[in-house]
Amino acid sequence: MATKSLKAQQSELSSANKQLEVLNNGIFADGELPYFKDKIAEIGHFPLRPTKLEILQINVGYMCNQVCAHCHVDAGPDRKEIMTKETMAQCLEVIKNTGAHTLDLTGGAPEMNPNFRWFVEEASRAGVKDFIVRSNLTIIRANKKYYDLPEFFKKHNVHVVSSMPHYTRGKTDKQRGDGVFDKSIKALQELNTVGYGIPDSDLRLDLVYNPSGAYLPGDQIALEQDFKKALREDFNIEFHNLFAITNLPISRFLDYLLASENYEDYMYALVEAYNPAAVANVMCTNTISVSWDGWLYDCDFNQMLDLKVASKIKHIKDYNEEVLTDRNIIISQHCYGCTAGAGSSCQGTVA
Amino acid sequence: MADSYYDPKDLRKFGNITEWSEELGSKFFDYYSKVFEEGALSAREKSLIALAVAHVVKCPYCIDAYTKDGLQRGITKEEMMEAVHAGAAIESGATLVHGVQMMNKYNKLSM
Repeated sequence: MATKSLKAQQSELSSANKQLEVLNNGIFADGELPYFKDKIAEIGHFPLRPTKLEILQINVGYMCNQVCAHCHVDAGPDRKEIMTKETMAQCLEVIKNTGAHTLDLTGGAPEMNPNFRWFVEEASRAGVKDFIVRSNLTIIRANKKYYDLPEFFKKHNVHVVSSMPHYTRGKTDKQRGDGVFDKSIKALQELNTVGYGIPDSDLRLDLVYNPSGAYLPGDQIALEQDFKKALREDFNIEFHNLFAITNLPISRFLDYLLASENYEDYMYALVEAYNPAAVANVMCTNTISVSWDGWLYDCDFNQMLDLKVASKIKHIKDYNEEVLTDRNIIISQHCYGCTAGAGSSCQGTVA
Repeated sequence: MADSYYDPKDLRKFGNITEWSEELGSKFFDYYSKVFEEGALSAREKSLIALAVAHVVKCPYCIDAYTKDGLQRGITKEEMMEAVHAGAAIESGATLVHGVQMMNKYNKLSM
């Protein structure tokens, strides 16, 4: 398993332009498969437009203690892009005044940002209804300084959303690295101990499932039942909901698809599973994604493809919700990932 | 024309069989999708049965399709291999049980 990001390996695919070149050419340029634009035009959704801003997703940096094979951020220990306190302060001003009901902190491992705790403390005072931190679980066991994270999350009533690709060791470690499964289990047990994930508890603990390979996620409810049963029986672990998220063909997952010669089949599978009912609720219609350096994007995927919002407001320092909502969402063929089957978003299925 | 009898890409065209017989094709696909819905058996159980049968009837398209279907459902490789053995055991049993016929015939013809 790779221990370096594509960027550190100086891989051609670490370039957003190269990724877009792959997505816009080949089977799409040949006319073998339809462009996403044409597909959504059939149902009158082109150009795709935002509805109401509900989720402010802030990426506080690409540094991570893991180097997951499918990571769309190309995160890892070698990534040095970290949100500064100054940009965080700009975000806090926005958080205080936003109409969004959900604040969603992501990374990398957001906890590795040196100002993470300060930022959480300040943001939790702003009174957003749902305050999510996307924690990879192993960070809680990575170093002594993180051992108290469950208590810290509890203190600030943070909603913890964690990745768990499978309830078996083999599949988890193959996607996320050796030892990840055992550490994740321990972290989940610690979160349970402080009250996270227990039925009826207000301390929300949800899990994210990404397929460990070139296939789409199955039914979210069925998977949730399987995860709950296995984690309860084998490890006495409780959690609330499972979000089944489709891997989008960008960054490290795109690299994997191309290297394993699964790219064409995967794109066919995404296009075949295209569900018009998912289009109206794709997350870019209710989300703004903020990068570590304050730029604004339609979603975290567009952030990684360096496709900034098509608005005259492009940076958090100039943030204006009304102006931002009046924009066309930038799309490409990776968007098929969010409209396949029951749809996919950071909050799970959408259709 | 392809120069081989099986092309993995042909699986994508399976739905096209309806073009040459709309009624029968549609009836088949309606039936097919109904069969694999949740019922007295779970969709997960049916996926494993389909995988076992796919091996017994030696259909490469079906093996590709139900391996992928199993992965999507979170079915483990150990479960998949046990399903294949269940199919193989019935198939070899079906061969071996004819050994009784051979024994009967042998005994009948022998003094």
